[in-house]
Amino acid sequence: MPSVMLKKNSEGKLIFYVPKKDLEEVAESVEFDTADKWGGEVLLADGSKYYFEPIAPPDFPITLRAKRLDSGEE
Amino acid sequence: MAALTKEETEALIQEVLEIYPEQAKKDRAKHLAVNDPTLEKSNKCITSNRKSQPGVMTIRGCAYAGSKGVVWGPIKDMIHISHGPVGCGQYSRAGRRNYYVGTTGVNTFGTMNFTSDFTEKDIVFGGDKKLAKIITEIEGLFPLHKGISIQSECPIGLIGDDIEAVAKKGNKEIDKPVIPVRCEGFRGVSQSLGHHIANDAIRDWVLGNRDGDESFPTTPYDVAVIGDYNIGGDAWASRTLLEEMGLRVVAQWSGDGTLAEIENTPKVKLNLIHCYRSMNYIARHMEEKYKIPWIEYNFFGPTKIAESLRRIASHFDDTIKEGAERVIKRYEAEYQAVIDKYKPRLEGKRVMLYIGGLRPRHVIGAYEDLGMEVVGTGYEFGHNDDYDRTIKEMGNATLLYDDVTGYEFEEFVKRVQPDLIGSGIKEKYIFQKMGIPFRQMHSWDYSGPYHGYDGFAIFARDMDMTLNNPCWKQVKAPWKTEAGSEDVKIAA
Repeated sequence: MPSVMLKKNSEGKLIFYVPKKDLEEVAESVEFDTADKWGGEVLLADGSKYYFEPIAPPDFPITLRAKRLDSGEE
Repeated sequence: MAALTKEETEALIQEVLEIYPEQAKKDRAKHLAVNDPTLEKSNKCITSNRKSQPGVMTIRGCAYAGSKGVVWGPIKDMIHISHGPVGCGQYSRAGRRNYYVGTTGVNTFGTMNFTSDFTEKDIVFGGDKKLAKIITEIEGLFPLHKGISIQSECPIGLIGDDIEAVAKKGNKEIDKPVIPVRCEGFRGVSQSLGHHIANDAIRDWVLGNRDGDESFPTTPYDVAVIGDYNIGGDAWASRTLLEEMGLRVVAQWSGDGTLAEIENTPKVKLNLIHCYRSMNYIARHMEEKYKIPWIEYNFFGPTKIAESLRRIASHFDDTIKEGAERVIKRYEAEYQAVIDKYKPRLEGKRVMLYIGGLRPRHVIGAYEDLGMEVVGTGYEFGHNDDYDRTIKEMGNATLLYDDVTGYEFEEFVKRVQPDLIGSGIKEKYIFQKMGIPFRQMHSWDYSGPYHGYDGFAIFARDMDMTLNNPCWKQVKAPWKTEAGSEDVKIAA
């Protein structure tokens, strides 16, 4: 359950940052990203997947807890 | 000597690794790589921020060095107690040359060493009482100080002293911030964790102090310079450029910085990060809590300065954008003259670097402006995100080495035969005795500043002075030198 710092970059893409692991990656897709719900499975550009409990759309940047689903390759 | 190809560089790494036992070889192989600028992510080619192998000569520092020496130490109007045995504070005292203005011992304390000087008695019975007494004494002797930070050395964590409780009591007693920092040297793999701990201490104990206090007048052009430690006056050389383009620098973190500046930082509009490694944590925190965006910039060499000034200006309105162009134009003749003077003497020379936080990638642009080429670079304590940023700056098939050992560095140098090496004091005399020109790139070899346009002129002069010094011709006995070595072009 890493704490993840989420922010939007200048192109409006979601940046996913885990301080402890120096993991800084662009999120490719977010399962739920609508006006009333945000979260679910998040796929990163390096192929790994994380899961966020769906919540009301947060105000980025924000730190949230995520569950690691799939580490991609390795 | 011609540049190495990719295959040759890979062979060189294998050759150097040959001497290690199986286990160590496997580990070290992950830290040495041939650069491939097409890669997006560094974790495909290099591993970093791992524990050093026991038995090798690493050049890293400790968490205390990262916190007291780098982040907290330069805050000039605070007193930083090196809590523990006397050596840690004394041997690092004033060595980093963080310049500041003020009267030392009266209202500024940068070059002084305050320590609790632990002895056997304190280890056995605990040092909390001594610490409380020091806080009282400091208040009596130096009433103009603005606050105290307690920088833990290894024994504090080992014997389990409760410095937080002493700090709280001291804070009530003297009515000034007393900040406990848990930066015991054994924490983490290098000084890098010390930076993080120090950032977290600033976040928890300082940054929120003026929340809700609107008495500080702000302007739309307020910025903070973060991660510039004013080594040899660097932050001053950077600050003048920013002010000239119309920005107001509210805070300098932490070279020539004060506690009040740091407390006022949450009121700025943009955070400018120079040393990403040591202070990105606090910038990310401010982005989240205060919604202050941050950008990285690079003030080494005219190409990167112009790029950075324009990038900074893009976050503001047209007056600042015009200001940036005006500044670049104003210094154009000046830096062009520097390039015209030194480039013919330095062109084509090859440099190997091995430094800390930001310089292994930041100074590449400055060397390139002088026509020099960086053929190898590496970080003492960089993380993956540092290497992500480095890969794009470096040429194809150049060497990357993370936490390089004394042996590996020497072997690489023997083989690559660079014309100049930039690293620290521990490496300096080895390479000078090998007959290779050397500059200390941590302390600018007692010169500086190197940031900004003014700094670039000094940088170029220093590189030329070192590289083309006639003494290097005297290192070899005259009957062993090759006949007809090329002459250096005389400066215009």
